[in-house]
Amino acid sequence: MQFTIHTGKVAGLDRANIDTDQIIPKQFLKRIERTGFGKFLFYDWRYLADGTPNPTFELNRPENEGATILVANENFGCGSSREHAPWALADYGFRAVIAPSFADIFYNNCLKNGLLPIRLDKQDVEYLLKESKRADYELTIFLEEQRVYDEAGFARTFAIDPYRKQLLLKGWDEIDLTFMYEPYIVEYEKKQANLT
Amino acid sequence: MKPKTIIEKIWENHVVYREEGKPDLLYIDLHLVHEVTSPQAFEGLRQKGRNVRRPDLTFATMDHNVPTVNRFVINDEIAKNQITALERNCREFGIPLADLSSPEQGIVHVIGPELGLTQPGKTIVCGDSHTSTHGAFGALAFGIGTSEVEHVLATQTLWQHRPKTLQIHVTGRLGEGVTAKDVILAIIQRYGVDVGTGYVIEFTGDTIRNMSMEERMTICNMSIEAGARAGLVSPDETTFAYLRGRKYAPKGEAFEKAVQYWRSLATDEGAEYDKTIEIDAATIAPMVTWGTTPGMSAPVDGIVPYPEQFATETERKAVQLALQYMGLTPGTPITDIAVQHVFIGSCTNSRISDLKAAAEMVKGKKVAPGVRALVVPGSQQVKQQAEEEGLAQIFIDAGFEWRDSGCSMCLGMNPDTVPEGEHCASTSNRNFEGRQGKGARTHLVSPKMAAAAAIYGRFVDVRKLEKEAVH
Ligand code: SF4
Repeated sequence: MQFTIHTGKVAGLDRANIDTDQIIPKQFLKRIERTGFGKFLFYDWRYLADGTPNPTFELNRPENEGATILVANENFGCGSSREHAPWALADYGFRAVIAPSFADIFYNNCLKNGLLPIRLDKQDVEYLLKESKRADYELTIFLEEQRVYDEAGFARTFAIDPYRKQLLLKGWDEIDLTFMYEPYIVEYEKKQANLT
Repeated sequence: MKPKTIIEKIWENHVVYREEGKPDLLYIDLHLVHEVTSPQAFEGLRQKGRNVRRPDLTFATMDHNVPTVNRFVINDEIAKNQITALERNCREFGIPLADLSSPEQGIVHVIGPELGLTQPGKTIVCGDSHTSTHGAFGALAFGIGTSEVEHVLATQTLWQHRPKTLQIHVTGRLGEGVTAKDVILAIIQRYGVDVGTGYVIEFTGDTIRNMSMEERMTICNMSIEAGARAGLVSPDETTFAYLRGRKYAPKGEAFEKAVQYWRSLATDEGAEYDKTIEIDAATIAPMVTWGTTPGMSAPVDGIVPYPEQFATETERKAVQLALQYMGLTPGTPITDIAVQHVFIGSCTNSRISDLKAAAEMVKGKKVAPGVRALVVPGSQQVKQQAEEEGLAQIFIDAGFEWRDSGCSMCLGMNPDTVPEGEHCASTSNRNFEGRQGKGARTHLVSPKMAAAAAIYGRFVDVRKLEKEAVH
């Protein structure tokens, strides 16, 4: 999926170590499609026992309706490797997640699904968590320049691997790209076969 | 030549293509597949008319949502769907599969080593974060997402950045009753659930060297709980002895040749790591988690902590939320926590030595009234061996349920779950909210500690029990 520039509403989830079991609980892993996971996002936090929305959960608050950028605290996406987590976040409507740090596998999984994970300093994240409480608070993410900014003058650059950035900007299918290296793979396999 | 770590050696051996400004294209030697994270990957191949490049380097089994009471009666339609999808996909793409009726079926991270598929020097991936388990053999093994599963199926490669290296050096003798599980829990408790983020861990030191393969697997298994995608141990005689004679290990002369190569992989004297942590084994006690991350644990003779003890606001808030979820009051001695469920199983602790350690503890005793206790062997082979050696009978006589192999209550995707608000002593690896069932309160412990908790209905210090047994 392609990502170039995005402006959207920000929702804050001020917790650390949000694991993929919370992002998408296991009972929803049994589907064999990639789509339709959005309605189960944060299921156990988002809904009460009787299935109605939990009014105290951050994403259910009116000011966060329609948010497309999620801000959370340290070590976001730790735990299980389930790609269902970024699928659910993207299917719900998120285009980017901002946190001081991410778990490795989750970070990678996001990039493969056009969901941009952005690492910012802890104090910047604290600022965004505070601002996100305003219903009309928006951020813009400009991937080409690796910049995230708001209207009030907050602007930060973020790091991203140049290779992943290119794939996102162009929306390329990574497998097609790897097929261009087929001769190297064949050569490697030949070399290995000779070794043993 | 500059001394190298095993991590650098394996990496360099697998680079297919390298270019400045790009990750390396890395060759994958073994791709393990299970039913939950693969259907969308196979579907992706089908949609684009792509093939599986090396079905001979791919091996599949079903473990996550198989029932462990009667494995052939799957009442959950959607789970059944995933299991039949895997059968169909393996047939269509020619991938070997240990299915429900196979004597080789089991948790993917238990059967890989057991069958000798897991070998030193290999790059191993699986759509499961506990792939780190295979690192115990000196393999570079890490979990991947479904898109990467599809990528490996189609190309047998992955684009990867070279990780940083973290040495965790454990020295000295472990106390009586202290196990590999306690070592890894203590490491995570002291250094945090993200100490390994961005790193591959190599576990070194005489404590690790003196461990069996099964103990090393327990340690590497939970590297991911320390944030590292992979954790490994340089191969040695223990590794080779374990692999000799395994079904897919090289045979005869080829084995001796392989051993020579494997030996050369061990980290060189004087090799440098990006970061090193030293652990004194003698300072480790049996550990019990009291919270909702694997880092929230205490020695069994300790107490549930006070949120105020923690340094940052984020931590204090996390601890408060965790204690609320767990229904625990700060200051409570760990040994005052009562359990209603005990689960011995999972890819962390469901191998034969784990079951032996637990069986020793329960032999001739009874599960406490009001406690439901479950033993779920990691594989059909472990199950059979345990039955032959009489371990199964010890558990059954003590009042445990003796099950078929699978992930079971580790994540409760099958019908085995812990009811809301109840406490479970579990030998698995994750105590996240809802992991073992909605509202379930999980305490991670070693097999010995779990077995003792089943007998006493609360946590007990196994070190004291062992002393009593002697006198
Ligand atoms: S036993 Fe638990 S941790 Fe291991 S593979 Fe199964 S679900 Fe994952």
